Amino acid sequence: MKRTIITVVGKDTVGIIAKVCTYLAENGINILDISQTIVQGYFNMMMIVDTAGMEKQFGDMADEMAALGEEIGVVIKCQKEEIFDKMHRI
Amino acid sequence: MINLYEVTETNKMISEENLDVRTITLGISLLDCIDSDLQRLNEKIYRKIYDAARDLVKTGEEISREFGIPIVNKRISVTPIALVGGAACSCVEDFASVARTLDRVAAEVGVNFIGGYSALVSKGMTSADELLIRSIPLALSATERVCSSVNLGSTRTGINMDAVRLMGEVIRSTAEYTRENDSLGCAKLVVFCNAPDDNPFMAGAFHGVTEADKIINVGVSGPGVVKTALEKVRGESFEVLCETIKKTAFKVTRVGQLVAQEASALLNVPFGIVDLSLAPTPAIGDSVADILCEIGLEYAGAPGTTAALALLNDQVKKGGVMASSYVGGLSGAFIPVSEDQGMINAVQAGALTLEKLEAMTCVCSVGLDMIAIPGDTKASTISGIIADEMAIGMVNQKTTAVRIIPVIGKGVGETVEFGGLLGYAPIIPVNSFSCEAFVSRKGRIPAPIHSFKN
Repeated sequence: MKRTIITVVGKDTVGIIAKVCTYLAENGINILDISQTIVQGYFNMMMIVDTAGMEKQFGDMADEMAALGEEIGVVIKCQKEEIFDKMHRI
Repeated sequence: MINLYEVTETNKMISEENLDVRTITLGISLLDCIDSDLQRLNEKIYRKIYDAARDLVKTGEEISREFGIPIVNKRISVTPIALVGGAACSCVEDFASVARTLDRVAAEVGVNFIGGYSALVSKGMTSADELLIRSIPLALSATERVCSSVNLGSTRTGINMDAVRLMGEVIRSTAEYTRENDSLGCAKLVVFCNAPDDNPFMAGAFHGVTEADKIINVGVSGPGVVKTALEKVRGESFEVLCETIKKTAFKVTRVGQLVAQEASALLNVPFGIVDLSLAPTPAIGDSVADILCEIGLEYAGAPGTTAALALLNDQVKKGGVMASSYVGGLSGAFIPVSEDQGMINAVQAGALTLEKLEAMTCVCSVGLDMIAIPGDTKASTISGIIADEMAIGMVNQKTTAVRIIPVIGKGVGETVEFGGLLGYAPIIPVNSFSCEAFVSRKGRIPAPIHSFKN
C-alpha cells in the first residue's frame, strides 16, 4: 500500500468531491478515508488514498490534480503520507 | 491515523511560515583524484563530481514534489582542495584552475554552490595550504559558485596566529578583487575554529577527511515556524516557552530526517547527518531575530539578547536530537546579519553592534556572519576580530566562525546589496583602536588547559 494525503481547500461549490473522486477512480486510486468540513463557506477536505494501483508517476498525478483544482477554483495538494507521519508521530 | 488538524498544521507551516529544507548537500571525497599532473587532476575532479552529482538536482526536485515541501538548495561539498591539489599545484594560478573546474562542474550539474575550496591549518600550514590560502582572492573573483573556508584553530590545537594574520590580508584582498560587486567574494569565504567535517551549509561546507567516499547531509530550517508557535504562548512561563520551541524543533527536524533518508535511498549514497540549524533568509517571517523579539526583546541586541539566544539554541538542540539519531554539522541558531530582516532592522535602529554580536556568538552556533564593515578597515583589525572569535570557540569547545565583508569604497551608514539569499546589510562600525602589535607576533596560541583530557 502506498498512502498519499490529498488536501482540497477553497470556496465551496457544487461537485468538488465528484470531480476529485472521478479523477481518482479513472486512475485506479483507492480512497481509504475522507474527512471534510466547511468553515465560513470555505471547503476543507482531506483524503487518504492508496496509489499502489496507479500507473502514472506520482509527480504527474500531483500536477494533474493541481490543474483540476484550478479548474474548479480550489487548491489541491498531493503529498505522500510519510511527511505527516514523521512530523506528528513518535 | 493522521487527521485533518495535523495535515492542516503541516501545510500551514509550509505555505505561510516558510518551513523548508534549506539544503541537501552531497559530500564527495576527492582524495582518489590526487595526481601530480595538474591537467589530469582537473579532469579527474570534474569526472568524479559529475558522475556523483548529475542526478542530485533532479532527485531533490522529485522529493520536493512527493512531500510537498520546498527544498531550497542542492549543493556539493568536497575534500579540502589544499589536500587534493598539493601535489599538482605549484603556484596560485594552479590552485585557481582547480577552483574554475569546481565552478564549471557545479554549473553543469545545476547546484548553486560548491564548498571545499578549503585548508585545515589549525596548528600549522603546509606550503600547499599557504598557497591555497593565497589563491583565495583570485579563485573567488574568477568563479561564481565556489565557496571557500579555512579552519584556523581548535580546542585541541590552539589557534594558528600566523594563519589568522594571513587571513586578515586575504579577506581584504578578496574584497579588493571583487570590489565591482560590493566585495561579494567575502560572502563566500569563512574562517572557522573547530570546523565540523559534515556541515551542509555554505560557505563553510567541506567534505572532511574522516568522511566516507560520498555522503548526504541535510540542513533544515524554520525560524518562521518557531516564531509562529511562540506567538501563541506570549506571556507564559519559561517552561512553556522552552516546551514550545522543543516541540517545534522536533517537527521541523523530522521533516529533514525524512528528506535525508529519501535522498540517500534515491541517490544510493549513505545518509550522514541532519543539521538542525535555524537558518534565516531575508524573506519576511523567516528571521531568527524575530524569534528573539517574540521571546520578549524590543530588538535583537537589547539587554537580554544573549540569554534569550542561549535558551533558543539549547531548546532547538534538545528538540532536534530526539527527532534524528544522527545530528551534526553546526546545529543551532544562525545569526547572520544580511540574511535576516530582523537583524538588519536591529542594526538600523542602533540596537545591535559588532561587540554585541560577538557576545551572542558565545551561545549560538557559528559566529560573526555576513557582517558588512567599512572598506578602509585594516587587515590587522580584521585579524584581531578573527582572533577574538577563534578564542571564543577554542575556550568554549564549540564551532565559531567569521564571515565579514569589508566593502571597498563604502563606509558606516551606507548599505550593501548582495542579492538573493545573501540579502543586504547596513555597514556597521568597527572599533578603530589598533591591535597591530598583537597580531604581528609569530606562532600560535597554545591549546587551553581543558583540552588535555587524555
